Amino acid sequence: MSARLARQKGEWVNRASTIKFSFEGKEFSGFEGDSITSALWASGEQVLGRSFKYHRPRGILSLANHDINVMVTDGMDTNIRGDVVPVAAGMALAAVNTDGGVKKDRSRLIDSISPLLPVGFYYKAFHTPKKMFPFWENIIRKAAGLGVVNFNYPRILKRKLHAHCDVLVIGGGATGLSAAYEAGKSGLRVVLVDENAQLGGSLGFDWGGSQESANLLQELLAKLESLPNVSLIAGAYAAGYYPDHLIPVVTREGITKVRAGSVIMASGAFEQPPVFRNNDIPGVMLGSAAQRLLHRYSVKPFSNGVVFTANDYGYRVAQDLLEAGIKLAAVVDLRSDAKDGPLAAQLARRGVKTIAGSCIYEVQANADKTGVKSVTVTEYDEKTNEALTRDKVTLECDGVAMCAGWAPAANLLYQAGTAMRYDYGVHQFVPNRLPAGIFAAGRVNGVYELAQKVQDGARAAAQALLHIGLDVPELPSVQPSTRAQSHAYPIVPHPKGKNFVDFDEDIQVKDFINAAKEGFDNIELMKRFTTVGMGPSQGKHSNMNAIRILARVRGVPVEQIGTTTSRPFFHPTPIGHLGGRGFHPHRLTPLHDVNHKLGAVFTDVGAWKRAAYYKVAGLGVADTVLAEVEAVRTKAGIIDSSSFGKIEVHGPDAALFLERFFTGNYISQAVGSSRYTMLLDESGVVVDDGLAHRLAEDLFYLSSGTSNAAAVYREMQRWQQIWQLDIGLVNVTGAYAAINVAGPLARQVLSGLVNISLDDSALPAQSIRETEIAGVPVRLIRVAFVSDSTYELHIPTPQAAFVWERVMGAGQALGLKPFGTDAQRLLRLEMGHAMPGIDTDGLTNPYEINAQHAIGMDKPDFIGKRSLQIIAKRPVKKTLVAFALEAGYAGEMPFECNLVIRQGEIEGRVTSIAYSGTIGRVIGFAYVAPEHSALGSRFQIRADSGALVNATVVSSQFLAMQK
Amino acid sequence: MPLRLLKYALSKNYPGTRFFKAHETPKKSYDVVIIGGGGHGLAAAYYLAKEHGITNVAVLEKGYIGGGNTGRNTTIVRSNYLTPEGVKFYDASVKIYEDLSEELDLNLFYSTRGHFTLAHTESAMRTMRWRAEVNKHVGVESYVVGPEEISKACPQLDMSCSGQAPILGALYHAPGSVARHDGVAWGYARGADRLGVEIFQNTEVLGIDVQGGKVAGVKTSKGYIATTKVLSAVAGFTPRICEMVGMDTPIVIHPLQACVTEPMKPWLDTILVSGSLHVYVSQSSRGELVMGSSLDPYEVHSTRSTLDFVEGLTSHMLDMFPFLSNIKVVRQWAGMADMTPDFAPIMGKTPIEGFYLDAGWGTWGFKATPISGKTMAETIARDHAPDLIHSFRLSRFEDYELTGEKGAASVGH
Repeated sequence: MSARLARQKGEWVNRASTIKFSFEGKEFSGFEGDSITSALWASGEQVLGRSFKYHRPRGILSLANHDINVMVTDGMDTNIRGDVVPVAAGMALAAVNTDGGVKKDRSRLIDSISPLLPVGFYYKAFHTPKKMFPFWENIIRKAAGLGVVNFNYPRILKRKLHAHCDVLVIGGGATGLSAAYEAGKSGLRVVLVDENAQLGGSLGFDWGGSQESANLLQELLAKLESLPNVSLIAGAYAAGYYPDHLIPVVTREGITKVRAGSVIMASGAFEQPPVFRNNDIPGVMLGSAAQRLLHRYSVKPFSNGVVFTANDYGYRVAQDLLEAGIKLAAVVDLRSDAKDGPLAAQLARRGVKTIAGSCIYEVQANADKTGVKSVTVTEYDEKTNEALTRDKVTLECDGVAMCAGWAPAANLLYQAGTAMRYDYGVHQFVPNRLPAGIFAAGRVNGVYELAQKVQDGARAAAQALLHIGLDVPELPSVQPSTRAQSHAYPIVPHPKGKNFVDFDEDIQVKDFINAAKEGFDNIELMKRFTTVGMGPSQGKHSNMNAIRILARVRGVPVEQIGTTTSRPFFHPTPIGHLGGRGFHPHRLTPLHDVNHKLGAVFTDVGAWKRAAYYKVAGLGVADTVLAEVEAVRTKAGIIDSSSFGKIEVHGPDAALFLERFFTGNYISQAVGSSRYTMLLDESGVVVDDGLAHRLAEDLFYLSSGTSNAAAVYREMQRWQQIWQLDIGLVNVTGAYAAINVAGPLARQVLSGLVNISLDDSALPAQSIRETEIAGVPVRLIRVAFVSDSTYELHIPTPQAAFVWERVMGAGQALGLKPFGTDAQRLLRLEMGHAMPGIDTDGLTNPYEINAQHAIGMDKPDFIGKRSLQIIAKRPVKKTLVAFALEAGYAGEMPFECNLVIRQGEIEGRVTSIAYSGTIGRVIGFAYVAPEHSALGSRFQIRADSGALVNATVVSSQFLAMQK
Repeated sequence: MPLRLLKYALSKNYPGTRFFKAHETPKKSYDVVIIGGGGHGLAAAYYLAKEHGITNVAVLEKGYIGGGNTGRNTTIVRSNYLTPEGVKFYDASVKIYEDLSEELDLNLFYSTRGHFTLAHTESAMRTMRWRAEVNKHVGVESYVVGPEEISKACPQLDMSCSGQAPILGALYHAPGSVARHDGVAWGYARGADRLGVEIFQNTEVLGIDVQGGKVAGVKTSKGYIATTKVLSAVAGFTPRICEMVGMDTPIVIHPLQACVTEPMKPWLDTILVSGSLHVYVSQSSRGELVMGSSLDPYEVHSTRSTLDFVEGLTSHMLDMFPFLSNIKVVRQWAGMADMTPDFAPIMGKTPIEGFYLDAGWGTWGFKATPISGKTMAETIARDHAPDLIHSFRLSRFEDYELTGEKGAASVGH
């Protein structure tokens, strides 16, 4: 039984290309250009899905991307929307959320026990007795949800683009096309997007029995073709509005982030279903859905239908149905004044009677509940909003087209901050106050008549041009609609209910009334309690009726109810689109390849990849690290420290800047020397430390650890904005590579490479020299971080590998070995250096880590000084101590962050711990109570198993313990 | 089906009654006025009436009840904090939550799922161990687990996170739960209402009348209310309310955003958090993935959404769950988080007599709803804060006795 009509003008399907697919195990065919739904409907399939809660059979509602009850899966992908997704060859489809298939869904029994499921039923039961809740929860969780996720679905990397235009027009119907044309005539860059596969909006399907719309569409498209500065993009929806006219436009290929000079919302209106018993049975659909079927896909919505209308639009739908050869049992019009109008007369001439002042009271389903058998029509009292059931008429039919009115597609207008008002002329919300640069036109603006929509588009375009700064001679004038396009209350009560307001969530009229009875009589509370508008269609077909019902329940005008907040996204948007290609920036040091060749195993330190250790065949990780340490302690080691933060501060106030920024003294610092830097925050907490090297009176070169470098630089910039000193800040982290050569033979390794003396007298600890290695300028720094004899070479990045090779060459005979960050941490621990971020936390002050010596309290000011003045007067609460486990300890090894326990209470915690091969003991740092911090004090660490491990406070000069 | 639903099927007239009365005009005076009809304010009202017999209480809500952060959070309840004070406090909240559905006779869908805070770096592992050790010490079931245990609980998780951030381990927290956030507000509202508390929606506080350092009344959009005790429980509006009494707080407001997908059949049974990837996610009983990320990095008093939030979050979600590419995000939203310098709340008395503060709830307020209500009720009733919230007093900022919870914030800030 095919419902496909003969080929007609403007149809979207390509009859030359037949597509075979299956649905619920049965073979079907459609045409290229068909949606899944249209192909199935053309083949006579009407039960395309089951509803979310009651598992009622559902067919077409809107055919406009709101048909949430027709979601299918192809086994890989799920929640595929049948009403808009094109059917493709070979698809093997099934409805989601059924138990045993869409026809025989065993969950359909829920429909018959629906009286047991009042609004918000899941709040009212299942929680007592408490121990039963997991049982019920399991059942409810399984019953809820739509499609099943396939864990083998591939990650799809979608591209993202940025675009800019002067005018962005959203919506490609008569209004939008007119706006794009008028704006485009100025020569500005205009982009128009429309979510449908083809442009035209209702021009493409709302014909009303004539060719006027179709002709106008051709005319507008032809005019626009002459404007190369106007891009028309179909199959693209504007997903949301973000500040400053940022609008992500979603296509199948990805997201384009459009930043527009001005935006014209010509997004139209969503047709709203009238509410009556069984308004969800397959075959009952919106008038616009019937028209879409007819004109896009050339498919008959039904053979013998009833049009249930409350506006003039219903008569246009009736004319289109008649033109397609569909019989109409009647047009039922809620409005009593429709009886003798010209529209009714027109239909009468074609033999269709109009039953005015009446409603469809209920729909009767056919025997197997898969379609419509008949409808019952009664009088409707528009004053009381009651159906008068004393006289009932039953009309045999197999479908209903519903035309009760519209709700503006104002989602993006709301997101942009538009104040809306309820217009009693057209009976819908329309913009009242628009944000700057945003204009609304057409149905979303309450303008419905075709010629007026074209005018309104032109008017909005003129305003958009004015906003951009162009001269516009005169704004086109627009006649407001004089006829109500929507019914004020298209809701028919029925004692047996099943008169659905929200099809996503199966919410009936009584659910709203009952929610209000329970106190949820505010639109936001009602939304949350009933879940109206919370399904995937986000209330596009339900929010307006919910507002009307609530207004009536409370006896107040609709505008006093207000609307719920609209949030992105306009249509649900795939995670893959939003996530894009994924961006994981990481930084490689200039010596990365060198490290790689040497067998480095890399670790992430902030954004950097650093060598953790260098693999040695046949050696485990721990032994490898110990060997690297041993090389540094006995001969020499070399490490790539290029990720260290490096900042130059230059200018007359450079020393003053450091003086304020860090805790130490820098004004007195000699050129060529290095000094310790400690950074606090304003509350006196230790943030970072490093070294300041003075290269000239007005030039400091700062080096610090890897992790905090970016944050410290940001903080410097922030304070400089406040202080406005005469300095410049340059982050040269990437401009210089850094190599540390450490160990007793380090000096020997380097002495042949540089032309300056490395003697202690010429280059004492804490000093810097500018020199050369094989013609490459090098900043040579004497530090004592990992060993007493350490030389840090800072080299222009391009020459880093060259210098590394030179140093390696010079050290080969001396046993120079590369070492990584694992060995470095152990080496610094052996040297007794506490590390901010490891040995401190978010509340540690300098007194707790015995860093008084680094604090210049006599300075006029530095960051955190005021706090330190207060803290200094208070007792210290915890103290960082160096400790060692007893010699030969072989028990459970404690970890960093195991707690220090005394008499069953937390006293502190371990911040660093490691076995030192050099010393032959387990050493570390820990916080203890100040009264237990003296050398030789003992404390206990609770290891993971709960075992207590004895530790002794020792001097932080760990290496002195060396045997 | 539970028998208690039968009455809905059998009654001729709908048996449901109002959760709370529709009060329009406040009386001239109340013993206590609570500003803010979110979970915290309503819980405080409930416990004032229930445990202290103080029923002459008005709750003033500018919008609708539960419409602020109570209705915007991602509903995670946990107590795996870092400081012993924090752990004890949140644990007390978890304990109340576990029986709250029965107590309020409203199903809050309190669902104990277990909570994994994933560690992708050595430094994160250190923090996990720290939290685990403190939790264990206080008697809270948290411990460090390895990749195998994580995989077992969530086999769908890509343990390498697309090769970008391999998971080294996690802090597992057995009591971690999710709940229906709206229900918490409604349940407390109903409970308070039944005990005589009056709830006023659409009632904005315009000023607080302080005379001689003492609270004397509240100016509202519905007239003046005389009272000697005012509780401010307004989260993101705290600075504005405190301004009314001329009081400074160290609170700054940052937006916190979240989003939700279309419903799907249940597959994610645990609650997952990744600090490195800035993701937290659970699956609601409706089947939606509820997802959040770190705070927006700037101070804004607004609940507007941004695109880059959802772009970043979804990108990281795909690192964890690559198969979600074509699952769709339905909705995103934002709340205003009242952040404190130490990531712990501010609770208790203030220098103004009769002005009580329940604030600084940043990104961790929902889980504390019951215990904050209970302890604030006690503070108001006795004009003295219980020991449990001593560490959260406002004066700690002047005293340099902060309660450092930054390390326990679910994701980076």
